Amino acid sequence: MSRLIRLDSTGHSTLAAWTADDPAGYEAAVAAFREELDAGYIAMVDEGRGRATHVRELPREAELVLLRRPIAGG
Amino acid sequence: MPGALGATGPARARGKAEGAAAPLPELANVPWRRPATSAWLAARGRLWTLWTVAMTIPFAGAAAVLLALEPLSLPVALASVAHAWIIPELYAFRGANVARPKGARHPRAEPVAQGLLGDLLDHDERELQRRTGLALQRGELGTWLVAEAGALLVAPGGRRVHCFCVRATGADLPPSDRIAHLLLALRADEEGFATVANHAFAGAPWRLRRRLDAAMRPGLRAAAIYARA
Repeated sequence: MSRLIRLDSTGHSTLAAWTADDPAGYEAAVAAFREELDAGYIAMVDEGRGRATHVRELPREAELVLLRRPIAGG
Repeated sequence: MPGALGATGPARARGKAEGAAAPLPELANVPWRRPATSAWLAARGRLWTLWTVAMTIPFAGAAAVLLALEPLSLPVALASVAHAWIIPELYAFRGANVARPKGARHPRAEPVAQGLLGDLLDHDERELQRRTGLALQRGELGTWLVAEAGALLVAPGGRRVHCFCVRATGADLPPSDRIAHLLLALRADEEGFATVANHAFAGAPWRLRRRLDAAMRPGLRAAAIYARA
């Protein structure tokens, strides 16, 4: 089960979930993904071992995609 | 608390991501900044050392000269020595300030955010974060300690710490979510992260340790051990 999660004021929110054999679920996740990107969120795939990757398209095979807000110097 | 993501740490191998090694999007907001490479950081560190010496030596020297010329000038000499001591301490305080907890605690959302952050960390780092409030992350530039609104970088060798002021936009995030935001950005592009962040201080770890909250000091000690390894 892959999940699209947004880091937000609630701690985090699961926006969508899909499996490899669920094209409709994936399409719904893509729609939610694009909506959040349009709202200014940045999508990341945490790869473990201290690495993460910024993604602009929703990776179908990724187990977990995280949406974060931009950072800035304080 | 069980992991909020239902999986554990680095064992969660991820699917192939498109756009691998892409720079941080936030770099577009600071096009004038030079990339914070290891050479840039080393130069910045040397500049801070020179600045500290330049602030300290004149006051200490003036005190010595005053005492040599007129022992009755002791009070003025002591005031001069105090200046030589206080100014570097103020800079170290400014550096330690980046690691201090900031903003609302969000007691209802924080446990949820803490679970997610815990899932992003290995076991030892998770325990360290829960004790100190600092998430340890090893990188190419050194060993990082990510706080709620800033980050400390212990340079390789463990003899210098850089302090960065950086935060996730939006004041409504619970503390652990703020750390998770910074950690994800750091993991995606370490140099980009250091470039976007504001460099606040560089100095010896012992200078910073005295100004850190007591609960955070074990974090700095752990990072220094990693940096020396």
